[in-house]
Amino acid sequence: MFAFTYQRPEALSDAVGALAADGEAKLLAGGQTLLPTLKQRLAQPSALVDLSRIPGLVGITRTAEGLAIGAMTRHVEVASSPVVREVIPALADLAGGIGDVAVRNRGTLGGSLANDDPTADYPAAVLALNAIVVTDRREIPAGDYFRGLFETALEEGEIITRVDFPQVECAAYMKFRNPASRYAMAGVFVAKTAAEVRVAVTGAGQSGVFLWTEAGEALTSDFSPQVLDTLTPDPDELMSDLHGSAAYRAQLVKVMAQRAVEKAAR
Amino acid sequence: MTQAHVSVQTQDSAQARHNASATIAISLTVNGRAVSAVVEPRTLLVQFLREALDLTGTHVGCDTSQCGACVVHLDGEAVKSCTTLAVQADGRAVTTIEGLAQGTTLHPMQEAFREHHGLQCGFCTPGMIMSAVDLVARFGPGLDEPTIRDNLDGNLCRCTGYHNIVRAITAGAQAMGAPRDLAAE
Repeated sequence: MFAFTYQRPEALSDAVGALAADGEAKLLAGGQTLLPTLKQRLAQPSALVDLSRIPGLVGITRTAEGLAIGAMTRHVEVASSPVVREVIPALADLAGGIGDVAVRNRGTLGGSLANDDPTADYPAAVLALNAIVVTDRREIPAGDYFRGLFETALEEGEIITRVDFPQVECAAYMKFRNPASRYAMAGVFVAKTAAEVRVAVTGAGQSGVFLWTEAGEALTSDFSPQVLDTLTPDPDELMSDLHGSAAYRAQLVKVMAQRAVEKAAR
Repeated sequence: MTQAHVSVQTQDSAQARHNASATIAISLTVNGRAVSAVVEPRTLLVQFLREALDLTGTHVGCDTSQCGACVVHLDGEAVKSCTTLAVQADGRAVTTIEGLAQGTTLHPMQEAFREHHGLQCGFCTPGMIMSAVDLVARFGPGLDEPTIRDNLDGNLCRCTGYHNIVRAITAGAQAMGAPRDLAAE
């Protein structure tokens, strides 16, 4: 790792100030992606601003619309939360399947979203559930938030404080893990409301997480796995690498989507 | 309580970039002992444990958060100490493999690994045992095989094929739940 300085502010305004004062400073949430990135010298921040001691960034609250989850809430807390289990059980399932136990004990919701890795799990839930990413300065609807590989709508120095997840009729997340890295090669989150069905896909898209609108429309008129039998996402939009071709990933997406529908309808 | 005043110096040619690589004073509890030290912010927890405190039972296997040889407990929860900064442990309690035994009496999970031969080369064993103890803390002593295998996916062993590790954890968990509980934490 290159050297950096370390700050641990105890107020959100101080963290915002630290980022504003130093354009090369980076936020440290759980560090489960950032620290490996630093160890490989793929990034060289001048300072790390640790969010762990700022009050109000951790916690899960039942709201009128669904759930409000603090940005520094760890995956283990979402996975084991009775409230999440009751309101959006698919979200607890998703959080419980991120990385491994030790990673879930450190990794956070906000960290995952700010990083926006194309194989991360949370982006699929945020997009399918049409959640709202709340920052220190505004509210960003999920549809505007994700902008491509590791690209988000976050401005320089903007800090995610919580995410508001609306409750839905039913939802489920299914993923196919790369057998070696355990990252999603295709992860599909299906969410059904009274008005529509949204299908978000992670791990497979060339430009990160995306809505598979064709599947969503078909499932809106008939919420059954069979309705996807004749649909496949366009392989031209999918990743092709040593782990699998785009056509292979397209098939995985279809199958994961069908399994998610089956699970959600149960 | 012993106060260990140590300073980890990680020499690095690229250090020049930020000449003023400010060090930070941290205080934490390691295996029940109060420790104060001055560290560089980039010092990893595993580096601090091994190089500053000479607690070399915690191993670095992959150094990419895959293998779990470096698992320790941070405030009682399993974490990968190769993917945690020492400064992140400031004010908190760390337990390493060295903190499990009571004197010359092995922790029931250590004893179970010995009894069931849950190791060959032994390199992954400290992490396996720390993850196993965490598993019992979360699920209780009556662990079934699927639960153990599921929850061990962050710990790699390249020798045993895992069968004896799973047997050892099953037995160790039962022993931890037994009335004559010798668990150190």
